[in-house]
Amino acid sequence: MAEVTLRKIVKNYGALEVVHGIDLDIAHNEFVVLVGPSGCGKSTTLRMIAGLEEVSGGEIAIGGRVVNTLPPRARNISMVFQNYALYPHMTVRENLGFSLKIAGRPPAEIEKATDEAAAILGLADYMDRTPGELSGGQRQRVAMGRAIVRHPDVFLFDEPLSNLDAKLRTQMRVEIKKLHQKVKTTIVYVTHDQVEAMTLADRIVIMKDGHIVQTGTPLEVFERPANTFVATFIGSPPMNLVDGVVAGGEVRFAGDASLPVPPAFRGRVQEGQRVTYGFRADNLMPAGHAMTGIGETADIDLTIALAEPLGAETILLSELAGVEIQGKMYNPRAVAAGERLSCLLALDHAHLFDAETGASLRT
Amino acid sequence: MTRLRRYARDHAVPLALLSPAVLVILLVVLLPLLFSFYTSFSNYRLIRPDSLWDWVGFRNYLRVLGDGDFWSAFGRTVLFLTVALNLEMLLGLGLALMVNRITWGQRTMRTIMMFPMMFSPILVGFQFKYLFNDTIGLVNNALQSLGLASEPIPFLVDRWLAFAAIAFAEIWMSTSIFAILILAGLFAMPKDPIEAARVDGCSNWQVFRHITLPFLMPFIYIAMTIRSLDVARAYDIVDVMTGGGPAGRTELLWTLIARTAYDDARMGRANAMAYFSILLSIFFTWFFFRKLMAARRHLGAF
Ligand SMILES: Nc1ncnc2c1ncn2[C@@H]1O[C@H](COP(=O)(O)OP(=O)(O)OP(=O)(O)O)[C@@H](O)[C@H]1O
Ligand SMILES: [Mg+2]
Repeated sequence: MAEVTLRKIVKNYGALEVVHGIDLDIAHNEFVVLVGPSGCGKSTTLRMIAGLEEVSGGEIAIGGRVVNTLPPRARNISMVFQNYALYPHMTVRENLGFSLKIAGRPPAEIEKATDEAAAILGLADYMDRTPGELSGGQRQRVAMGRAIVRHPDVFLFDEPLSNLDAKLRTQMRVEIKKLHQKVKTTIVYVTHDQVEAMTLADRIVIMKDGHIVQTGTPLEVFERPANTFVATFIGSPPMNLVDGVVAGGEVRFAGDASLPVPPAFRGRVQEGQRVTYGFRADNLMPAGHAMTGIGETADIDLTIALAEPLGAETILLSELAGVEIQGKMYNPRAVAAGERLSCLLALDHAHLFDAETGASLRT
Repeated sequence: MTRLRRYARDHAVPLALLSPAVLVILLVVLLPLLFSFYTSFSNYRLIRPDSLWDWVGFRNYLRVLGDGDFWSAFGRTVLFLTVALNLEMLLGLGLALMVNRITWGQRTMRTIMMFPMMFSPILVGFQFKYLFNDTIGLVNNALQSLGLASEPIPFLVDRWLAFAAIAFAEIWMSTSIFAILILAGLFAMPKDPIEAARVDGCSNWQVFRHITLPFLMPFIYIAMTIRSLDVARAYDIVDVMTGGGPAGRTELLWTLIARTAYDDARMGRANAMAYFSILLSIFFTWFFFRKLMAARRHLGAF
């Protein structure tokens, strides 16, 4: 059993505190993705779990054992680094078998384990090459292979796909997901790519400036963002956010536009309260080009500034109360700039946030 | 022949421009080389210039091969090389690893580390000659006043002590060459493989053994190549400290060659010896260079 527990984890570099007391419980065999913008402390957190970075405060436990002062080798973890960190002077075979060799396993067992890992990752043909003779994708797979030969308690991934091109990244993403299903292990995976986070995670942990902002399953964080930061960070294109004031069951925006308070928020807002109205492009659709079964809707007329056809759908750019917003046209037809369309907003998927703090008004 | 003539005509200007350099090289390098090579086949003695024409064939070489003194000097030089290079490597490695860990005042340390290299070997020789002197030497005085030795230790007289004293001076002077080159290697070393190795279960010693050291090997071999050439021609320190004596007990190849050439005035014989020692230098250079190439091939990806 290898659950990972972080209790009030703090990290400072000299006087500079970069991680401010993180609490996180990762269950046995859970795939947790830490996601957040650059510099938010994801790598630092991961490296503290690995033991590569000293913990300045709080407690880290792996499998119920506090590991704060243990060196990496005593933690039974594997890590895949952003730039692979292969051993340049060893062949692929030696790279894969290195940890077992250090552990003093018999050569026959090492041979068997490396061959197994090579088979899983399709590396059998490259076993006698050195990392210098491999492509980026192949190196990436060696780095993964090196991590899996050991059957560690916890896998740590630090942006393992960020150096790959888009196609290879998609491919490797699938491989990683399959791998997790095959070798059930606790995984902590760091990325700043929200698509990777959504597709891979059992649970997403969204970080910002050294704090955890929200934890939840991919659908939870997508459908019930805790604040405007999560709302814009998760999902593409980012959620539309328009500031307004509550007035009699409606939210009034600058100019004379207004939208009804979404059902989930009725009774949670007061007259005159300043709020931010949020909705995703997916839920703002021209009438006649909408999805069906979307529940309660509001009508809104929009002037289209720009249309971006993607084939199966077209992204529409428009403006509401001086803020640029995006909508989506399903089963698209050609749309000219300047055209005025009457649109539907699916209110079940709309959100209200506090205008000051950005926190969701759902609870 | 016609082709050569045409080549000369087509490239007249570059050839003309190159000719002074070629001429200088001929005069300064090739001529003395040929001359010394010729004299190694003659009975040339400095005091009797006419002996230059006294052609003796391979006699000098045969004499040298059968000369016990020459072979002792040869063996001693090889031993000296082995001892000095290995100790310098170990000390330099240790020094570099320590300096690499300092976070404060590292630049100053690096500069201080290079001080011994700034002195002329002759001065270093004199300095250690007086340090190790058995009557007025600092080391002996200190040992005696501390009561660690009851009578003077003949550092520069005893066969092995003198050898050790010379090696000490040589090592003191040149360890920093290793230290600096290895330090350069440490600076260039990527951090990631080290962290990967720690996660893979390595202790600090294992990280050093399996990751750091292989990466440093090319740098060590470069230092070895440079130093092997340096030590193989060692002359100044030995000459100053012991003069190859007493009774030839610390004679190295080049002190022996210099004595044969200038004290005994047997230039022909000395040149024959010199050609043998050059073979030694060439061998060491070739050896370390091959090691270097192999190590670099290994590190391909860095
Ligand atoms: N050695 C260090 N000394 C001082 N500050 C550091 C050090 N390492 C990291 N930081 C700071 O800590 C913060 C978090 O860094 P970290 O590497 O964890 O970010 P990250 O979330 O992994 O970002 P990215 O997505 O760019 O990798 C950053 O603001 C960074 O500047
Ligand atoms: Mg990072």
